[in-house]
Amino acid sequence: MEKHLKVSAIKDGTVIDHIPTKSLFKVIKILRLEECSQMVTFGNNLDSKAMGTKAIIKIANRFFADEEVNKIALVAPHAKLNTIRDYKVIEKRVVETPKEIVGIINCFNPNCITNAENITTRFEVLSDKPIAMKCFYCEKITNENEMAFC
Amino acid sequence: MRLAEDFEANPNQKLLQGKVIATLFFEPSTRTRLSFETAINRLGGKIIGFSDSSSSSVSKGETLHDTIRMVSNYADMIIMRHPMEGSARYASEVSSVPVINAGDGANQHPSQTLLDMYSVIKTQGSLDNINLFLVGDLKYGRTVHSLLMAMLQFENPIFNFIAPPELAMPNEYKIHLASKGIRYFEHTEFTDIINAADIIYMTRVQKERFIDPVEYEKVKNIYILRNEMLKNTKENMRILHPLPRINEIHTDVDTNPKAYYFTQAKNGVYARMAIIAHLLNLK
Repeated sequence: MEKHLKVSAIKDGTVIDHIPTKSLFKVIKILRLEECSQMVTFGNNLDSKAMGTKAIIKIANRFFADEEVNKIALVAPHAKLNTIRDYKVIEKRVVETPKEIVGIINCFNPNCITNAENITTRFEVLSDKPIAMKCFYCEKITNENEMAFC
Repeated sequence: MRLAEDFEANPNQKLLQGKVIATLFFEPSTRTRLSFETAINRLGGKIIGFSDSSSSSVSKGETLHDTIRMVSNYADMIIMRHPMEGSARYASEVSSVPVINAGDGANQHPSQTLLDMYSVIKTQGSLDNINLFLVGDLKYGRTVHSLLMAMLQFENPIFNFIAPPELAMPNEYKIHLASKGIRYFEHTEFTDIINAADIIYMTRVQKERFIDPVEYEKVKNIYILRNEMLKNTKENMRILHPLPRINEIHTDVDTNPKAYYFTQAKNGVYARMAIIAHLLNLK
């Protein structure tokens, strides 16, 4: 039987696979893909043997450095990145939770100075499964279920 | 600690002559402010600042960023108390002069911790092997959290926590102690267990911390230290309190030689003189 791609192939660029369906738009936001001038295609609620359902994003002519893409580990810890050249996968990568998170997440502590002034948040990642991050300013710990995106 | 000792021996060293120190108290704190201002005066410095944000441009909506940028152009050092956590660290990033944290919300109060440690070393001769009893509000009291974190840097501390369940030491601190293999014991009753103490650190049980006022009524008179309770305590034991006291130390304790809280407050001036001199590289 002929195999059809649910999200069309790209000639050069990056495919981010195995994104949890609920995290698709967070990944788009974290990577600022809404500002990307290249072709971005995505699919959500696709069948996945490992995850049940998943999301996938294909970004044409865009390649990511590790520190840039590792930010998505907060919401898509099992995401896989395929680098595509001339329709062929030339590299596969997994994301790793960075030791420090800058921006992206708000401190959950309403009395933290970062929630009162225009300050870029900074967190030290204490644990990645489940995620626990210590605010550089107020020193309170934001847990996975308390994460709110900037 | 050595510098504080030096200032205690010679309190009037005019090292700050010609220097201006800003004391920015975005929330009122009489004791800490007076202690810092005494330290600055004894060092011969000049003070600018405010003791309440209503008398500053904050009341006009100025950001902390702008206040600090402006004041750091005027002064050689900023001493700051602010109701929000992390404010002092942020101010230190924005400021071109050193910033001393005189309390940032419920987070840290490091100069209090240093004066507490100075009081421990003066009364016990060492910061090692101290059996420290922390009593009262151990949940919200930042002074007890900071002291705990500081004391566990030294050899063989033992911690005893005495508090009602509503105000017990938060789990994060207990987990931290356990991970370092440091002994701690929790009690809800304030009894002769204090006979093992080297230091009893009293804090105030505050009514506003209780959701249910009935619960406050139940415990408000339990965590009161009275003179009769000190009969069999160790000779070297001393009672500390960050002050202000309400009723948690009965006034009949004040004349007992083991009562150290007023001397502790005096030590605060020397400790703060040491902090200022150290940060400005004057000693």
